[in-house]
Amino acid sequence: MNKAKGLEVSLAIAEAVKQADVDVVAAYPITPQTHIVEELSVYVANGELDAEYVPVESEHSAMSAAVGSSAAGARTYTATSAQGLALMHEILFIASGLRLPIVMTVANRALSAPISIWNDHGDIMSERDIGWIQIFAENGQEAYELTIAAFKIAEDHRVLLPICVNVDGFILTHMIEPINFIDQNEVDKFLPPFKPALTLDPEKPVTMGPVGVPEVYIESRKQCEQALINSKAVVSEVLADWGQRFNQKYRLIERNGAASPKTVFITMGSMGETTMTAVKELEESGQSLGQVRIRLWRPFPKEEFLDAIKDVEEIIVIDRALSPGSHSGPVAQEIKALLYDQPQKPKIHNIIAGLGGRDVTVKDFKKMYEMARNNELDPNYTIWGVRSDA
Amino acid sequence: MSDQAICAWQKLELGTAITTPGNAAELRTGDWKTLHPLTDQEKCIKCGLCSLYCPEFCIAQDKEGFYPADLFYCKGCGICANECPKQAITMTMD
Ligand code: SF4
Ligand code: SF4
Repeated sequence: MNKAKGLEVSLAIAEAVKQADVDVVAAYPITPQTHIVEELSVYVANGELDAEYVPVESEHSAMSAAVGSSAAGARTYTATSAQGLALMHEILFIASGLRLPIVMTVANRALSAPISIWNDHGDIMSERDIGWIQIFAENGQEAYELTIAAFKIAEDHRVLLPICVNVDGFILTHMIEPINFIDQNEVDKFLPPFKPALTLDPEKPVTMGPVGVPEVYIESRKQCEQALINSKAVVSEVLADWGQRFNQKYRLIERNGAASPKTVFITMGSMGETTMTAVKELEESGQSLGQVRIRLWRPFPKEEFLDAIKDVEEIIVIDRALSPGSHSGPVAQEIKALLYDQPQKPKIHNIIAGLGGRDVTVKDFKKMYEMARNNELDPNYTIWGVRSDA
Repeated sequence: MSDQAICAWQKLELGTAITTPGNAAELRTGDWKTLHPLTDQEKCIKCGLCSLYCPEFCIAQDKEGFYPADLFYCKGCGICANECPKQAITMTMD
């Protein structure tokens, strides 16, 4: 950690990608991710970054090009958002199925219709089961650092899976924050050059992505799933190493607030910062309150999460996506399923908040807490702030 | 373990890649067909057009100059029969 510089977070992410010395960037610009790939195209054009920049005609092609270049042994990066991520959908499975360590920033944004360019987690929640490692950044510093760490996690030979770093659109991507940049030689020491395990090489021909007949498909999926499950240990290891080197501790699940709180908020992404402010203020007025942040979403860190909520009486899960027709939001579903076979279960409240960029303030969190305490929340889920005549 | 599986998941190559080149030649692509070409040698003028048009490249000239299809690879599409200027080829039930 040497120089702090005030910079838009998108540009800090682009800087991280440059410092990771990627070989290929294939991307299509989509709001609010655009500034990242625009900046990268400038780096490539002016020779600051020695990489191929592939300006494709859609996100489907961006991910296809990323799959091809990663398979050829190139360190590969792309970024997307909302409809763009949805357009990549079918190729996302191919990237994980072929075990290609592509790094992608997802600037989280609501899905149409109606068209919304603002933040929620509807885009990534529709992509829960693609077999990618998925982490969430909470602020600009974290977005910058996790982007570099992501390459090391993905390219580890015990992992070899694609990874997406989720950053809340606009709330993070377009914010100007003081960022501590790491010296290039420190980055180089942390992140060795990419050594692929298997590549497309005319000297040693292989077939990647052949037909998976019923006699092999299940085994293939199992291999991919097991790699994802095993990646949790590598994510922990790489983040611990990062902490040692750069004095920033990133845990898979982070707990803040009172030492043994009765109630905890559970958040993911940038909203955690606002939650924490509310928690601090409520604590000062004598409430026993805490906060649990989920940093690693896939693979879900089950043990770490259970440990973070043990002895808690009540949890308020904040979701930033709807799961229409279900009994709760996606994060709450995950937690309810996890707690089903636990002997001790806290009461679960689920609030779906901040869809399509609706502001959720410190005041809102205080109100949520009060309503949870008074049992005024819907037993399934409450869509926070929805205006109704009823 | 299922007796239908080719091998245990731990034994699969990374990403289910195939690392032994050339084994596509073992694929009996011809197994899928329901019709196969049958040449009437009385009508055939040995022009070789059927061989040129076959999308599977499975028609080659034999010693007597005729153009029989290799049914190991023929997919039964009927293109050869359609292109033959002498209507020498009929597509017959497998
Ligand atoms: S039927 Fe089709 S595949 Fe078979 S020999 Fe004729 S052209 Fe070739
Ligand atoms: S196209 Fe017809 S005539 Fe020509 S070689 Fe083939 S079968 Fe014979």
